Amino acid sequence: MGWLSRSYLALVYLLLYVPIVVLMVFSFNDSRTGYNWGGLSLRWYESLFNNHAMVQAMWNSLWLALTAATVSTLIGALTALALHRYRFRGKRVLNGMLFVVMMSPEIVLAISLLGLFLLLGLKLGYVSLLLAHVTFCLPFVVITVMARLAGFDERLPEAARDLGASDFTMTRTVLIPVIMPALMAGWLLGFTLSMDDVVVSTFVSGPSYEILPLRIYSMVRVGLKPEVNALGTLLLVFSLVMLMVSQWILSRSKQ
Amino acid sequence: MMQSIKQQPFRAAVLVLVWGWLLFLVLAPNMLVVGASVMTRDPSTFISLPLNFDAYRQLFNPLYLDVFLHSLYMAVLTTLICLLIGYPFAWALSRVEKRRQMLLIFLLIVPFWTNSLVRTYALKLILATNGLLNSALMSLGVIDEPAQLLYTEGAVIVGLVYLLLPFMILPLYSVFEDLRQDVLLASHDLGAGRFATFKNIIVPLTLPGVLAGVMLVLLPAMGLFFVPDILGGSRNLLVGNVIKNQFLDARNWPFGAAASIVLTLTMALLLFAHRLSKRRLGEEGA
Repeated sequence: MGWLSRSYLALVYLLLYVPIVVLMVFSFNDSRTGYNWGGLSLRWYESLFNNHAMVQAMWNSLWLALTAATVSTLIGALTALALHRYRFRGKRVLNGMLFVVMMSPEIVLAISLLGLFLLLGLKLGYVSLLLAHVTFCLPFVVITVMARLAGFDERLPEAARDLGASDFTMTRTVLIPVIMPALMAGWLLGFTLSMDDVVVSTFVSGPSYEILPLRIYSMVRVGLKPEVNALGTLLLVFSLVMLMVSQWILSRSKQ
Repeated sequence: MMQSIKQQPFRAAVLVLVWGWLLFLVLAPNMLVVGASVMTRDPSTFISLPLNFDAYRQLFNPLYLDVFLHSLYMAVLTTLICLLIGYPFAWALSRVEKRRQMLLIFLLIVPFWTNSLVRTYALKLILATNGLLNSALMSLGVIDEPAQLLYTEGAVIVGLVYLLLPFMILPLYSVFEDLRQDVLLASHDLGAGRFATFKNIIVPLTLPGVLAGVMLVLLPAMGLFFVPDILGGSRNLLVGNVIKNQFLDARNWPFGAAASIVLTLTMALLLFAHRLSKRRLGEEGA
């Protein structure tokens, strides 16, 4: 490992992290303009939490992420189990559809769902957001769980079946405990993806249910808003904690 | 069939749920977009009959064609920059000692988990007229007056590279991880020089990773409409901005749908290339 590669790695990491650090530092900046350093202050955090609409959007986002992550983990886990255990017609098609959801540009998913919701006459709001978020989280949960199932001793479920357990009982007592870490990791990823999504939400949300990323979006389109520094810092720290918990769960389960 | 449902109610329930979800929320909406793209614009119901290809014809309207080509140009440039930075990066990363690699990979995944909108905004803090970069350059005496960095094509490309670089690096890293050292040694022993080894061994073996990375970067680089909204001003639009405007503001659904189908077809093409490169490797390896 030469010094050249080392410094190259360091340089790229530096470039990736400078903006994040700048944002965090500026969130404690007392200056109003947002460019000059005006001393340490928590005023932007304060004004953030005094902003009623902002706090409401925060709760809305948290609730949406919580429910979307839970539903997508449930369906995703069942999908992964079905793909892993069952032979059925159209298995490749199912696999292919999940792959397409994951690879296709978010904006394509977004407009297709908007079209569906309007065709059905579904009012854009919490329900439409939930359906959309579950859909784009689903493939990520499926992959996480499938990866876990891939390294799994096939004789265990067979033994359970031989001992007279029904499919449901076997799944509950043998498979679920095995995939538990993957379920938790998948849930955390779904939660974060939902909290951060802008593209899909822009299309399928309505005025009745305002969520945080869209509120930030409307704030940052013009000019700089110091409150966004504070909010962004909170969101970044929050995601970081989620990621660390997820990594910890996965690495602990490997040992 | 009935008997199997009775025998395995759990299995049946799982399959119905999974298929139901995907047919209803993935297949049906996509069919809808295909349908909308060949219908006629309608102010009250969004789309109506008769069927026609006007929307596709409109894609070649010089006004939009310019936007598409400019968007494609920015996306391709973004992808090339990501590849140029990411390829040597992934190579170097795969040769770091294992324990440290874990931490470095973690640092690469962080951006995937953090809010891309917030990170785009953070770039704005740096690129603004009175922002950090201008202040730094001025205090170093490189420039006398603040340069216009924000609301330029360069700003959009910097933003896209910043957001998408990890998506290029991760698939590349995984192919470099699989690249066995003994293959390179064998090449050396057989008398190949560094360049010959790179061209004949390393490039073909890492090609699937390159294509996967290109796919993960090129497509979002055409769709992430908030990046030009925040950094680029009104002249540096992406296909994503066009689609968004057509659906949410101009209410021209057939045109928006046709534009999104162009994106989907690009994806299909890239997927096909990726598959082909993997298959070729498989055959040569066998």
